Amino acid sequence: MTWAEFGVVVLRVVLTFGLLMVLTILNVWLERKLLADMQSRIGPNRAGPFGILQTVADGLKLFFKESITPRKVELGMYVLAPFLAVIPAFLIFMMVPWGAPFMIGDQEVILQGADLNIGLLFILAMSSMAVYAVVLAGWSSGSKYPLIGGVRATAQAISYEAAMGLSMVAVVMFTATQGDGGTLSLSEIVNRQAGTWGDVIPVLQPVLQFVPRWNIFPQIVAFVIFFVAIVAETNRAPFDLVEAEQEIVGGFHTEYSGMRFAMFFLAEYVNIFSMSAIAATLFLGGWNGPTFDDVLPGFISALLPTVYFLLKTYAIVFLFFWIRATLPRLRYDQLMTLGWKRLIPGALGWLVLSTFVIAFRQFGLPWS
Amino acid sequence: MGLFNELWKGLKVTGGTMLRTIAGSELVTTEYPKETRQKPQRFHGRHVLNRYPDGMEKCIGCELCAGACPADCIHVRGANNDPENPTSPGERYGYIYEINMLRCIFCGLCVEACPTEAITMTHLFEMSTTNRQDAIYTREELLMDRSGNVPHMFPDEKLGDLDELESADGWMRATAPSGMAAYEGVKMWRDTAGSRSWDPEPPQEEADRASRPGEENNG
Repeated sequence: MTWAEFGVVVLRVVLTFGLLMVLTILNVWLERKLLADMQSRIGPNRAGPFGILQTVADGLKLFFKESITPRKVELGMYVLAPFLAVIPAFLIFMMVPWGAPFMIGDQEVILQGADLNIGLLFILAMSSMAVYAVVLAGWSSGSKYPLIGGVRATAQAISYEAAMGLSMVAVVMFTATQGDGGTLSLSEIVNRQAGTWGDVIPVLQPVLQFVPRWNIFPQIVAFVIFFVAIVAETNRAPFDLVEAEQEIVGGFHTEYSGMRFAMFFLAEYVNIFSMSAIAATLFLGGWNGPTFDDVLPGFISALLPTVYFLLKTYAIVFLFFWIRATLPRLRYDQLMTLGWKRLIPGALGWLVLSTFVIAFRQFGLPWS
Repeated sequence: MGLFNELWKGLKVTGGTMLRTIAGSELVTTEYPKETRQKPQRFHGRHVLNRYPDGMEKCIGCELCAGACPADCIHVRGANNDPENPTSPGERYGYIYEINMLRCIFCGLCVEACPTEAITMTHLFEMSTTNRQDAIYTREELLMDRSGNVPHMFPDEKLGDLDELESADGWMRATAPSGMAAYEGVKMWRDTAGSRSWDPEPPQEEADRASRPGEENNG
């Protein structure tokens, strides 16, 4: 590896990390502001223009506060858990391509932390790792409410991860038919969503040539299941049983304060953003979109893919906020019913159905 | 898909509220110290001791307010009037009159108990102090001067809107028996020093009809 290659790697990792941090800080503010609007309030408007620096102020406050350690905690796990929450959260986003590749000299720069060929698998692994943080935090706090929160997190994560994985499988299988062989790499999945559906059904060509080649159109059921599952994975309302304030104080982070709490908080919002980014990548075509190369100056059409990516991601982030403002928290049995009796059978059924359709399109009827 | 219909119904409510709030038509919050809201007419605010238009004090030192007070925050002692130079038109007047605003629950029972309408309530509620001593309002702070001006503890502070001391006293009018059919539209109280003069509230049915469209303003 030459120094130039090394520099490019460092550059793209720093860029991805910086983007994620800045957007997460903005997201906290954005959520509070939108939630306020949905409740006829004003929301934060003191720190900076429109209160945009509110999160920075909150972060500074938490940074200078004492991290209290209760007497009955299991110290090692208690200190480790916040890091276990933050690290997988950041690693997930490292897989997401957030802009079109471009050239610096003879070096190609991909706007992505790392382009693993097992990208999706890595994401699933990391989102499972994030559950350990919650469970360990709940258990090591040595207090009943965090423990209940931790136990709930275990059950919830197992139930909804299955549905999430199954809906991903449907997408991966569909993607395999869109190009040369199967792939789990996110950048490849994005590349295969370029263009429009124009050439698929010749009769509908005049209409379909304006429909982008996103996976959401053939895989709409998988998208719905995936969205519900990621809301549950990130422990957001209406699936926030893990930290249900009204029942179990703060759930797993009841005993955490200061910077340790801030890390859990950060991890939650990083997860919202990166899960939305993954949904946008898998179903909404990632950074694909018209770049108008011949009309616009070069640097604008180089930036446009990132803009498209952010627009799509924020559409889903907005759905997160909108649903949080709308729906009341599910009861525990309702959560399990939805997970095991609706989403998993639904995802399995959809997987079988789309398998049949794919096989039919590739091989024709078995008896013909 | 019933589930999605229900979901969409809920999302429409929050989404619609969001759009209307951003447009400004449904924003409920006011940025309080910067902008204040119109208070209801019968708002229970700071007390004031009234005088008659000729400058005599209305308080006769009977201590009925102190007896009625559920929080025991009123301390009154009466004294005999000087026959040559009386303070109040009666036999006695209140020479000590203290209200502990930290204890007061602003229920208005003192106003109801007062036989001479000497104590009434204003619309002022910004009464925070930095020590407990300042929260005990004495006779000097409660009593209006001969021209009907009510003293203010901190007249220079931004929050002290002196007009609110003027806008007594819907509450007293409400306790006057104009709710009874026989007394509708009849003025049941005596005038107070200063330019203020209150008209009787309109008859109940009319008042109800008039207040209905404006209900959300007082809510």
